[in-house]
Amino acid sequence: MAEAATLSVDASLVLKRAQQGKSYWRRVWERLLDDKLTLAVTAMLMLLLIMVLFAPWFTVHDPYTGSVLRRLKPVGTLGHWLGTDEVGRDLWSRMVYGGRMSLLAGVVPVFLALLIGGFLGILAGYAGGLLNSAIMRLTDVLYAFPSILLAIAITGILGSGLKNTILALTISFIPPIIRISESVAAQTRHLDFVEAARASGARPLTIMRYHILNNVLGPILVYATSLISICIILAAGLSFLGLGVTPPSAEWGLMLNNLRQALWVSPLVAALPGVMIFITSMCFNLMSDGLRQAMDVRL
Amino acid sequence: MNEGGPGGVEARDAVSAPILAVENLTKHFPVKGGLFRRSNAVVQAVDDVSFLVRKGETLGIVGESGCGKSTTARLLMHLIASDRGHIRFAGRLVGAAHGLSRRNLHRQMQMVFQDSYASLNPRLPVAMSIAFGPFVHGLAKSQAQQRAMQLLQAVGLDPLLFANRYPHELSGGQRQRINIARALALEPRIVILDEAVSALDKSVEAQVLNLLADLKAEFDLTYIFISHDLNVVRYISDRVMVMYLGKVVEIGPVNQIYRNPQHPYTQALLTAMPSMDPRRRTLRAPLSGDPPNPISPPSGCRFRTRCPFAEKVCEAVPPQLLAGAQAAAVACHMRFPGSGHSRAANTVSH
Repeated sequence: MAEAATLSVDASLVLKRAQQGKSYWRRVWERLLDDKLTLAVTAMLMLLLIMVLFAPWFTVHDPYTGSVLRRLKPVGTLGHWLGTDEVGRDLWSRMVYGGRMSLLAGVVPVFLALLIGGFLGILAGYAGGLLNSAIMRLTDVLYAFPSILLAIAITGILGSGLKNTILALTISFIPPIIRISESVAAQTRHLDFVEAARASGARPLTIMRYHILNNVLGPILVYATSLISICIILAAGLSFLGLGVTPPSAEWGLMLNNLRQALWVSPLVAALPGVMIFITSMCFNLMSDGLRQAMDVRL
Repeated sequence: MNEGGPGGVEARDAVSAPILAVENLTKHFPVKGGLFRRSNAVVQAVDDVSFLVRKGETLGIVGESGCGKSTTARLLMHLIASDRGHIRFAGRLVGAAHGLSRRNLHRQMQMVFQDSYASLNPRLPVAMSIAFGPFVHGLAKSQAQQRAMQLLQAVGLDPLLFANRYPHELSGGQRQRINIARALALEPRIVILDEAVSALDKSVEAQVLNLLADLKAEFDLTYIFISHDLNVVRYISDRVMVMYLGKVVEIGPVNQIYRNPQHPYTQALLTAMPSMDPRRRTLRAPLSGDPPNPISPPSGCRFRTRCPFAEKVCEAVPPQLLAGAQAAAVACHMRFPGSGHSRAANTVSH
């Protein structure tokens, strides 16, 4: 036992002293640092995230108390720089607080779908055969519905609210993520190093964990970040239709719906939540493009 | 030509017991196509192949591409399931209820692949790739890494320089050394080298061949060496097996096969081998055309369509390979007295 202990210490020491190689992820990171546009949009998203998390620090007015006297003030009004909405609530406060809901409803479903769909997809891609057919045909059934219709149907059945919105969006994003992870896992399955791992007697789950996962994670992550922008728009769309977040909660899609009637009175104010949706989803899209480019490393 | 007869050749072959016995190994791949992906044809990749591998020897397997060499290797490793046939490792049937489990087989038999780059996980440091085998067989991670360090040393790579490197940072020769170290990590008794040096350039190939010879002595290994390079096979092998279209056509001690090939295919193959001596260069093409389609191989002897000596009997009757325990065995009607081939009686002398 004592001998084994000294041996293991020795090995880790050698490993630590050994000359470090550049891993794939380190090269991706270095390329990302060179990509100014991606850095800029990522910084913007970070700023948005900080603002949303620490909303009270960035706002003066309460987002829920309005006044009939201050209804639909235009942009640039003293004290309400971005104006007020149809019941006289400060638009800046509502946008910041609304970002909480919008980002939550945009990121959480993609993350959950990534966990569930990624696991099922990699399993289907690696296992092949009957399991693959079962998972993929079930996916095809879900695929038959356009994601917005599927989400509407689910929230229609379960009722509105943030939780159900997230659930509906998660379900509608699982099929495309299964598709992508299945195809990349199936490509990896036939490579020699997976054969070699099988030849060393490793069990399928061990091979998936140590050899498949680190090779398919990149493309799946890139795809998932591109889904975030779609998800934000879908969540806003559901709220706009009255199937998502319920009033008086602030949410960009819901705000857009409520300000719709004021479009002729105060067009700039009515458009602002839409601008936020646009900027945020655009940033996620550009970030995903940048990630894709950075990960396209020829090894 | 064959005065001594096959009986007295290489007595040492008789001494060592077979470590691996392959019996009637068969793999037919269905070709799927048409409506509903029916399988309407089969590729007879490996058909009824039997041979023995003796402890401590190097068995070379040669043949044109598509002759079933690599499929045989994958069948031996149980990477693909065989349709028929058995594999016995040290007398124990592999995969049977009371025999050797596949997992235990993998501890005894390992493989080095041709493509040194594709056979290493690009996202893992090479030491991790080596340590993976021992790790999945229950060794603690730190100890598995310790073994990886020792193996790096054994294959001539400095652990301090190479342990944390990634495959794309190494040269082809260095990567193949890593692959060899990975194959040795489970302390196997047999290593299958599937075109392991074919992709390397000549100087590196020579270094790796010498390394393989050293490792064989150091770790008491048995090699199955698959290659299309006849010079390399002659250098490293003790015995050679010649395959053609999924069948074994000739097997025997390397010197006997190279000096006195019995099967017309082996003869043609050896004539095609480039000679080091310019005065002995090949003057006419020994074989023309490609091998026939393995989906519908010729009846009888599979080589008859390209054989200069083909006769009626070759079309009708598939020649048997008489796998004698000691000497060369050949699957050709010309070598069997009374087979019906006009050359049969006067070529075989006993």
